[in-house]
Amino acid sequence: MSDAPMNERRSGANLSVPNADALDKAADVEGRSLWQDAFRRLQANRAAMISAIVLIVLAFICFVGPAFVPWSYEEIDWDILEATPPNFETGHYLGTDSLGRDLLARILQGGQVSFLVGILATSVALVIGVAVGATAGFMGGRVDQFLMRFVDVMYAVPLMFFIIILMVVFGRNFYLMFLAIGFVEWLTMSRIVRGQTLTLKNKEFIEAARASGGSTASIILRHIVPNVLGVVIVYVTLTIPQVILLESFLSFLGLGVQPPMTSWGALIAEGAQEMEITPRTLILPAVCLSTTLFCFNFLGDGLRDALDPKDR
Amino acid sequence: MWAYFTRRLIIAIPTLWVVITVAFFLMRLAPGGPFDQEAPLPPEIMANLKAAYGLDQPLWWQYFNYLGNLLQGDFGPSFKYKDFSVTELIGQGFPVSIQNGAAALFIAILFGIPLGTMAALRQNTGADHAAMTVAMTGIVVPNFVVGPLLALIFGIYLRDTMFALPVAGWNNGAFPNRILPVICLALPFIAYIARITRASLIETLRTNYVRTARAKGLPFRMVILRHAFKSAMIPVVTYLGPATVFLLTGSMVIETIFGLPGIGRYFVQGALNRDYTLVMGVTILAASMVIFINLLVDMTYAWLDPKVRYE
Repeated sequence: MSDAPMNERRSGANLSVPNADALDKAADVEGRSLWQDAFRRLQANRAAMISAIVLIVLAFICFVGPAFVPWSYEEIDWDILEATPPNFETGHYLGTDSLGRDLLARILQGGQVSFLVGILATSVALVIGVAVGATAGFMGGRVDQFLMRFVDVMYAVPLMFFIIILMVVFGRNFYLMFLAIGFVEWLTMSRIVRGQTLTLKNKEFIEAARASGGSTASIILRHIVPNVLGVVIVYVTLTIPQVILLESFLSFLGLGVQPPMTSWGALIAEGAQEMEITPRTLILPAVCLSTTLFCFNFLGDGLRDALDPKDR
Repeated sequence: MWAYFTRRLIIAIPTLWVVITVAFFLMRLAPGGPFDQEAPLPPEIMANLKAAYGLDQPLWWQYFNYLGNLLQGDFGPSFKYKDFSVTELIGQGFPVSIQNGAAALFIAILFGIPLGTMAALRQNTGADHAAMTVAMTGIVVPNFVVGPLLALIFGIYLRDTMFALPVAGWNNGAFPNRILPVICLALPFIAYIARITRASLIETLRTNYVRTARAKGLPFRMVILRHAFKSAMIPVVTYLGPATVFLLTGSMVIETIFGLPGIGRYFVQGALNRDYTLVMGVTILAASMVIFINLLVDMTYAWLDPKVRYE
């Protein structure tokens, strides 16, 4: 990763050092990278740190928790076969849904789907968006024209409609769903990366890399991409909740994951059917979903403040 | 300006064509067909049905036939709603969606912009944090949660009080039937608009021309209203573009929850039933609206920001 822009800033800060004494002191100070600075700012942001911890705990519970729940998400308790309140004797810690399946196990499984969709679909969007944006910005000219006109056309497409058509085409296959969502979420990412690349590409360190014989591909990968990461990370953290919301939305409409597998959106849809009798089946998954979205948004805002000190 | 306007309209044609083509072939890739039923039809009847709708022809023929009919303004017959053309269905559904969408948009602007402005002017105070936490809640509690919850409260818990509201159906657009769907539709947009307004106004208040206006001794209220507000609205207008399309083409979820006969619900039903022509019709309508509203947004920039010129 290139240190060039960071060196620039560090030496800029040192210009104001007035005397030798202070210079000695400055020499004792350990050098800090831009990333360490950003991390320190993030740590100072209590809302963002709490959100990060809550997210890690939630994800951990969703993926490890099912091992400690006596029932599996698809298992029907034939002694019950209806929605019941929490009962520790039968091992239904949060009760059962209308078919007698364990609500806790289903919420945990739904959480796995939501987290997986959020992370995998965002990764797809990230890879496409960064590749297209960095290429367009760095190559310029016709390549840029062509790629950005394509993005413009895609923006004029009612994406929600296309996702639904794609879901129908893929027959609601679990993994293709990630791809479908990722394929429509990369547009904004590519625009952001392109903008950043345009400002970077005339910097000296890029010129130096080119003078020392780096190929276009290696300059994009080794120098451009690491330097746009800051902006990209912020955008990724804000895309994940959008994707999770989108998946829940599709599952709510019955277009997402297929039963007996479930997701928070699908659980909310099921819960909404029975809410007069057991509001719990609606409210519990809704609380999980909202908490996750809340934390991702706060974390994203915190990262933006940490990585982009301009606005503070 | 007019040259720019016409050029954009001309670019819209290939864009629409791409949308139509991709949607057409994607829909046909989907497994199953419009006449699949639990009990399969006898092959002769199936063959007759397919012939009647032209589905027995090769795909390229169907595609060009569809394009040809489109050029004459014919969206074709619906495959599922027998005896209805897609134009008739959209004609019934679109007014419902657009009325709800417009009402929700109006409410979202009416509450969102003042909320964001208040928060920006009291930046980092308790009022600001409270307003932004409320806004964040509006974003992270999806409307498919708010919808059923409101239905539960107003339809069931308050059923015997004066606050009871109908929770399903359109009832020919009776006012009480519209309240809950419109509120649900508006809530997340109020939240987004408030957040964007706040961020943008805070940034504008730091610009040099605002400082100049204040240094001139203009009262703060005048500075905000006459100088800062207009350019602070640019990101809001940018956001309003896609938001308007989403609201007007009918939130599919809201229409499903409240059982409204809008085009969002037609679309979801159509996609599930492989009602090819209905899906295509709604997609084309939505795409045209996206293009038109994006153009409208760009035109608004020229008015909001004197630096923007089109030729």
